[in-house]
Amino acid sequence: MAWIYFLVVAVFAVLGFYAGRSRAHAFRENGHNLHSLPGYHGYFVILAIIVPMLVLFAIWSTAETRLLETQALHSLPAAFQPTDDLSRATRLREIHNVASGQTFGEVPPEVRSVGEAFAHNLTLSHWAKLVLGMAFGAFGYLWATRRLSPHFRARNTVERAVKLILLACSIVAVLTTVGIVFSVLFETFRFFARVPWWEFLFGFQWSPQTAIRADQVGSSGAFGAVPLFVGTTLIMVIAMCVAGPIGLFSAIYMAEYASPRVRSIAKPVLEVLAGVPTVVFGFFAALTVAPLIRSAGEALGLDVASESALAAGLVMGVMIIPFVSSLSDDVINAVPQSLRDGSYGMGATKSETIKKVVLPAALPGIVSAFMLAISRAVGETMIVVMAAGLSANLTFNPLEAVTTVTVQIKTLLTGDQEFDSAKTLSAFALGFVLFFFTLAMNFVALQVVRRYREQYD
Amino acid sequence: MDLSLSPIAHVDVPPDTRTKIRASGVNVFYGDKHALKDVSIAIPEKAVMAFIGPSGCGKSTFLRCINRMNDTIDIARITGNIDIDGQDIYTPSLDVVQLRARVGMVFQKPNPFPKSIFENIAYGPRIHGIAKDKTELEEIVVGSLKRAGLFEEVKDRLDDSGTSLSGGQQQRLCIARAIAVSPEIILMDEPCSALDPIASAKIEELITELRQNFTIVIVTHSMQQAARVSQRTAFFHLGILVEEGATDDIFTNPREPRTQDYITGRFG
Ligand SMILES: Nc1ncnc2c1ncn2[C@@H]1O[C@H](COP(=O)(O)OP(=O)(O)OP(=O)(O)O)[C@@H](O)[C@H]1O
Ligand SMILES: [Mg+2]
Repeated sequence: MAWIYFLVVAVFAVLGFYAGRSRAHAFRENGHNLHSLPGYHGYFVILAIIVPMLVLFAIWSTAETRLLETQALHSLPAAFQPTDDLSRATRLREIHNVASGQTFGEVPPEVRSVGEAFAHNLTLSHWAKLVLGMAFGAFGYLWATRRLSPHFRARNTVERAVKLILLACSIVAVLTTVGIVFSVLFETFRFFARVPWWEFLFGFQWSPQTAIRADQVGSSGAFGAVPLFVGTTLIMVIAMCVAGPIGLFSAIYMAEYASPRVRSIAKPVLEVLAGVPTVVFGFFAALTVAPLIRSAGEALGLDVASESALAAGLVMGVMIIPFVSSLSDDVINAVPQSLRDGSYGMGATKSETIKKVVLPAALPGIVSAFMLAISRAVGETMIVVMAAGLSANLTFNPLEAVTTVTVQIKTLLTGDQEFDSAKTLSAFALGFVLFFFTLAMNFVALQVVRRYREQYD
Repeated sequence: MDLSLSPIAHVDVPPDTRTKIRASGVNVFYGDKHALKDVSIAIPEKAVMAFIGPSGCGKSTFLRCINRMNDTIDIARITGNIDIDGQDIYTPSLDVVQLRARVGMVFQKPNPFPKSIFENIAYGPRIHGIAKDKTELEEIVVGSLKRAGLFEEVKDRLDDSGTSLSGGQQQRLCIARAIAVSPEIILMDEPCSALDPIASAKIEELITELRQNFTIVIVTHSMQQAARVSQRTAFFHLGILVEEGATDDIFTNPREPRTQDYITGRFG
C-alpha cells in the first residue's frame, strides 16, 4: 500500500516541478526579470507538494494501527476481552493473523470476524490516507503556485529548505548516538545496582557463569573485569606493534618512494586486506598461527598455550595494517609538494625530508589513523574468540590464553538469556567501558594533535 | 611601460667580475617536451642576474638546473654542462646535498616548514652539521634573521610557527633559511609574486644588500623589479635564451626585436 502512496508523491512532485518551472518561463516570456532561475520555482513547488504529503503519511501511519487495534479489541465480545498485557498481545496477534490471511490452528469465530473487520478498516484507512494525501498535495501545489511571481525569492526559500533537510538528517544521527549511549548507560546503572561498580572495575575475578543462579545474583563477586581489560590491552598492544610500524612504513614507501606503477598495484592489494572478513582472519589465527607459535615456543623450551594472546594479536595486527597504511598514505600525500621542495632545496635527503618535514606535517592525520586502528583492535571479536580463548586469565604473558571485553560481551549474550540477570546486564557495563575508553582515547588524541599540530596551508 | 626607470643598482658592478656559474649547451626535456633549448650563459659572481620572459618560457626550468632540483622530477632529462667555479655540477661524483648547501633556493610561494621560526632557520645548519653546539646554532639563527631583515619583527616569538607570519615575513623567513647555511649562490623563483608592493620592496632591498656576499639569480615577471635589483638580465622566449647583457643595455637598447617587444609590453 505504501508504495502506491509514494508513487503518487513522486508523480505529483514531477508534475509540480514542471508546472512551477513553466510558470517561471512564462513570466520570463512576458518580459519580467526573474529573481530566481526557473528551476528554483520548480523545486519550490516540489517542496510545497511533498512536505505536507510526507508529513501526513508519517503521522497517519503511526496513528492508524494503534487506533484500529484499540478499536478492534473494544469490539470483541466480553468473553474475549483481554485481561492483561499478555492476553492482549495474544489477541492482537490473532487479529493480525486473520487480517493477513495466515491463521494457525483454531481461531474463535468471534475473533475471526473482528479480524476481518480490522482488515477491512485497515484497507479503508489506507485509501483514506491516499485520498487525503492527494488533497494535501494539491493544496500545497495551489498554495505554492499562487506565491510564484517574478519577484518571488524561490532560490532563498529552496536554500533554506535544503538546509533544514540536512539539519534534520544530522539531528537523526546525533539523536541515535545519544539514544544508544543513554540506553547503554541506563542498563549499566541497573547492573551496578546489583554488583557494586568498584567490584566490577577493580575486581580480579571474572566468572559470570557461576553467578547465574537466582539465589546468588551479584553476590558471588565474580564480576571483576580487570582480567578482561588487561587481556584487551595486551592484544591491542601486540596488534599495534605489528600494524603501527608496518602500516606507517609501507605508507611512507607508497607515498614517497614507490613508482606510480608499483603504487597502482600495491595499494589496491593492501586494501584487499581490509576487505577480508574477520572470521577468515580468525580461523587463520586459530588454525595456522597459533599452532605455529606453539611449536616454535616448544622448540625454544617455552610453555605456550594452544590459544594465545600472541597469535590473536599478531593476526589482528595484520588485519589492521590497511587501516594505518591507507589513511597515513592519504595524509602524507596531502602534505604540499612545496614543503618537500623547500627541504630538498636546503640539501636535505629524501629520508631527512620525510623525517623532519613530511611526517611532522602529517602527524595529526597519522595519529588519527592510529586511533582508528586501535579502535578496530579493541572492538574486534572474531579473531580473539577463535585464537585467544575465553578464559579470563589475569596475565601479561602473551603466550597464555586471555580474553577480551568484546569476546565476553559476545559470550554473555549468545544463546537464550534472561534480560535482567546480572550476567546479561554486565554486558552493558562492559559495552559502556568500551565506549568510554574509545571516547577518552579520541579526546586524548585530539589534545595531542592540537598541541603538536604543525599548520600548513 | 615606462622605460625611464632608474636602474640604480647596476652602477657599482665592475664590468669584468669573475664568472660564478657557466652553462653551456643546456637542454632540458620533460618527457618529450623540449623545454629548454641549448642555453649558454655566464653568471657573474656577487651580482644579481635576472631572468625575464613570458610564462612557460623555461625560466624556472633553467633556475632549477643550477641546484639540480630537476632531479626530483622523474620525467626531467638534462643535457649539456653547468659549472660552478669551474666544477661540473652534473658529474656523477658530485654530491647533490653539498651542491644544494652551496646553492640555496627561494620559491615563488613562501613555503616555511610547519615548525617554529627558530626551527625553520635551524633546519639547514642541522642537516649539514654546521653548528658545533647550541649557542653557535642560536648565533646562526639570529644572524640569518638579522641579515634577512626579519629579526626585529620576530625576536620575541621565535617559538611561534613559521606559518603564523604574514606572507612577506614568510618569504623573508625563507630567505633567512636559505642563507643560514652560508650558500654562495641564492636562486629566487619569483620571490615577490605572492606579495604586496611594500613587502616586495623590502625583499628587493634585501636582495640588493645580499648581493655584497652572494651570487643571486632571480626570476621575475616585473620589468621594474628586474631593472631595480639586477645588474645583468637574460631574456628567455620559448625555451631559448634570446638575449643576455647588462640590465641597463637590455632595457634601454636591446639588440633583439623580441626583447624589445617583450619589455615594451607588446607580448608576454
Ligand atoms: N614538472 C614538469 N613536467 C612537465 N612539464 C613541465 C614541468 N615543469 C615545467 N614544464 C614545462 O616546461 C616549460 C617551461 O616551464 P617553466 O616552469 O620553466 O616556465 P617559466 O618560464 O618558469 O614560466 P612561469 O613564468 O609561468 O613560471 C613549460 O612549457 C612547462 O609546461
Ligand atoms: Mg616559473
